[in-house]
Amino acid sequence: MTLNPQLPNAEDLLLILEQKLAPFIQPKTAIVGIHSGGAWIAERLFPSLQQSHPDYSLVLGMLDSSFYRDDYNQRGLHAETRPSQIPFDVEEQHIILLDDVFYTGRTIRAAMNELFDYGRPASISLAVLVDRGGRELPICPQVAALELEIPPQQKLQLSRDENNQLQFTLEAHA
Amino acid sequence: MNIVEIKQGRLIDPKHNIDAIQDIYISNGRIAGIGNAPDGFAADQVIDATGLVVCPGLVDVSARLREPGNEYKATLKSELHAAVAGGITSLACPPDTDPVLDESGLVEMLKHRAEQLHLSNVYPLGALTRQLAGKQLTEMNELTDAGCVGFTQADQAIVDTQVLWRAMQYAATFGFTVWLRPQEPYLSQSGVAHDGEVAARLGLKTIPVAAETLALATIIHIARETGARVHLCRLSSAEGVTMVREAKQKGLKISCDVSANHLHLTEHDIGFFDTNCHLRPPLRSQRDRDALRQGLADGTIDLVCSDHAPVDEDAKLMPFAEAEAGATGLELLLPLTLKWAEEQKVPLAEALTRITSVPAASLGISQGHLGLDAQADVCIFDPQQYWKVKAANLLSQGKNTPFNGLELAGKVRYTLVNGQIAYSG
Amino acid sequence: MHNPQLTKDGKLKHLLTTEGLPRAILNQILDTAESFVGVAEREVKKVPLLRGKTVCNIFFENSTRTRTTFEIAAKRLSADVITLNVGTSSQSKGETILDTVDNLTAMHADMFVVRHAESGAAHFIAQHVAPHIHVINAGDGRHAHPTQGLLDVFTIRRYKPEMHNLRVALVGDVLHSRVARSEIHALTTLGIPEVRVIAPKTLLPQHVEKLGVQVYHDMNEGLKDVDVIMMLRLQNERMNGALLPSAQEYFKCYGLTQEKLALAKPDAIVMHPGPMNRGVEIDSAVADGKQSVILPQVTYGIAVRMAVMSILAGNSE
Repeated sequence: MTLNPQLPNAEDLLLILEQKLAPFIQPKTAIVGIHSGGAWIAERLFPSLQQSHPDYSLVLGMLDSSFYRDDYNQRGLHAETRPSQIPFDVEEQHIILLDDVFYTGRTIRAAMNELFDYGRPASISLAVLVDRGGRELPICPQVAALELEIPPQQKLQLSRDENNQLQFTLEAHA
Repeated sequence: MNIVEIKQGRLIDPKHNIDAIQDIYISNGRIAGIGNAPDGFAADQVIDATGLVVCPGLVDVSARLREPGNEYKATLKSELHAAVAGGITSLACPPDTDPVLDESGLVEMLKHRAEQLHLSNVYPLGALTRQLAGKQLTEMNELTDAGCVGFTQADQAIVDTQVLWRAMQYAATFGFTVWLRPQEPYLSQSGVAHDGEVAARLGLKTIPVAAETLALATIIHIARETGARVHLCRLSSAEGVTMVREAKQKGLKISCDVSANHLHLTEHDIGFFDTNCHLRPPLRSQRDRDALRQGLADGTIDLVCSDHAPVDEDAKLMPFAEAEAGATGLELLLPLTLKWAEEQKVPLAEALTRITSVPAASLGISQGHLGLDAQADVCIFDPQQYWKVKAANLLSQGKNTPFNGLELAGKVRYTLVNGQIAYSG
Repeated sequence: MHNPQLTKDGKLKHLLTTEGLPRAILNQILDTAESFVGVAEREVKKVPLLRGKTVCNIFFENSTRTRTTFEIAAKRLSADVITLNVGTSSQSKGETILDTVDNLTAMHADMFVVRHAESGAAHFIAQHVAPHIHVINAGDGRHAHPTQGLLDVFTIRRYKPEMHNLRVALVGDVLHSRVARSEIHALTTLGIPEVRVIAPKTLLPQHVEKLGVQVYHDMNEGLKDVDVIMMLRLQNERMNGALLPSAQEYFKCYGLTQEKLALAKPDAIVMHPGPMNRGVEIDSAVADGKQSVILPQVTYGIAVRMAVMSILAGNSE
């Protein structure tokens, strides 16, 4: 693992993301984080989003799209799957999917497929901290706190320390 | 007739207390001289046995040849080739064939067919009861005249103890030896494994040690009462060894054997249901195996046999309990005995008695030694040469062995039966 | 000795027994099952993991219950399911087993769920299947029933998450029980400090203590302060004979009643792999009582089997 000084500060991006998300919040909106980085972001943003929109009765959910991934036949089931938690009726909800890094779009496809097995949402938007380029599907985020080209042999990885602070690291791709 | 000279070998003839580098001279199928050539001896074949051991051809008291009736498992020809490849020049076969060897005609035919092959000498054990059913005695005198050297139930126990008593009384009348495997039938019913840790883990039906000791007690008591000469087959437990030791100390004339498999394997070798380790009697605990090894060393157990049981592949390709019991063994008797001797620190000459002179005496046959004018049945082997057991390379039609892949010392180089080279390798 | 359940790089290839499975794999199964519990509560109870794959249930011994739960599990993973009742094993020789297996392989099956009356049958089949096929043991003789063992452990974990403080008692016919063996191995591997078996000597294997359990013959002693009571099924044919004199006497000595349950911890849970013999192993008041988790066991059974199938099918060599 190498620590790159030019890496974006995740905490700063979090603030930017929150601001950019404002126009997307409307009544019947659900904030859904994708495990694991997206879930951390959702946990961090949800209280303040809720506070700034007290009349909208926002709801929070988490998705682990392991059971919908398209690389299952190549790589098998992910060693760590976590239960998805969608404690609300998806039907007619405006859903904002949150993820840390947008890359190929495959995770988002899996997550959307899973969402539809809970019901038919009114809309789905996607918000991420970093859009790193490298899209392989006709899916792209409506909101990205930062756009940053990263070569395919590297992996931009979000981690969370014991004080709940988020940071980015760059790793060689497995 | 061949005139053969075996030169420079280490001659071990336990019966005559010989263990020295000496030449052997063979003519007319007999031992014509040892050490010094007889007058006018001109060999037409010379075997250089430098670095090799020359000993009496091995005698195996239990080898199933599967003829008649089960030729898809093995044939007389395949198994007798395997026997000489294993240095075995005389063997006894149990009567659990199809049909059962309970009529003199069947025995004569088997003897005749075996003789035609000029390989190992075959000595059938006749059935003690008709069809081995444990009800009616066989014509033991007729069968003896046909060539049987003793009588046995093979793996079928006589359930009715009165029949057992009378069978032993009758055999005692004529001095026939009765070969019995001690296994109480009810306690061993449908069991396939030792009543120990492995069976508890794998959920296999069990045969407790008590199945052996209860039957042993019965046999020992009846032998004492009837005066029958009894040979106990395939001891498997420490308690069994103790009982035989005590009975012998009290002067009872019994002998007994162990299979070479049981000297080396325990219940743990079953691993994940290895059907090659489905044996009869079952492989028991390490404590039992250690007692068997010790018992064979101190003479409580008189001899070791191959308990050769070739099984066709399909009959082993089954879940453990459904698979047929038994292991191929003719080609492994010598190396497994040598391995035991080495590990148990038993001198080579002493170890060889357990597979030559002692089993010959138990069978009441004249072989098992290399005295002057004895039948020239000779085994010449390299005690240092290691070879890897490979099922596919075994001459026996039965490829089922728990020792597959193991490196063993002791390779047979020549086997002579009746003065003729029956095997060289 | 190479564990025949694992691939060369240590991943789960077949599930034949819980014995010898690394703790990490047991935990992976339990954690994954946790995710599948949620799937069953959704509008659409299916996930697409095993789409295009064919799961064959081969039952050499009949069992409607187990077969059904495996069928549901496979279908919820979007697999195609074929069920074959081959009938009683006394008629079926090894050849037939392999012939059956070969035939199904030729039909491009990807996974076999196997039940057989002989111990070791699942190992035997796993040894002889084509390399791409995964085998799940759905019960072999007295040997193992790993998915049942795992679902029981999963149930325990759900109700008693502090597993390293637990006292678990298995009551009844351990000798003939593949469920008991699978539970014992799973529990000991996961570090449950005390596993007890309570039964008459006729229903215990000779060296049962070698499995890492404490042996009790008196239920009043054995149930004292336990957190989990796992009742085992007693087969009808074993109730009257040389193993036990009668169902009545068995119930008197080893049946679970309210009074006996009171000896355990007040929050102890009661489990049974089913089908129950009410009034033989267990009193109805206990089976239907508030400490019983017998029905949740069934629900979790599907999630655990989905977890096992999805982990296996993804581990190809």
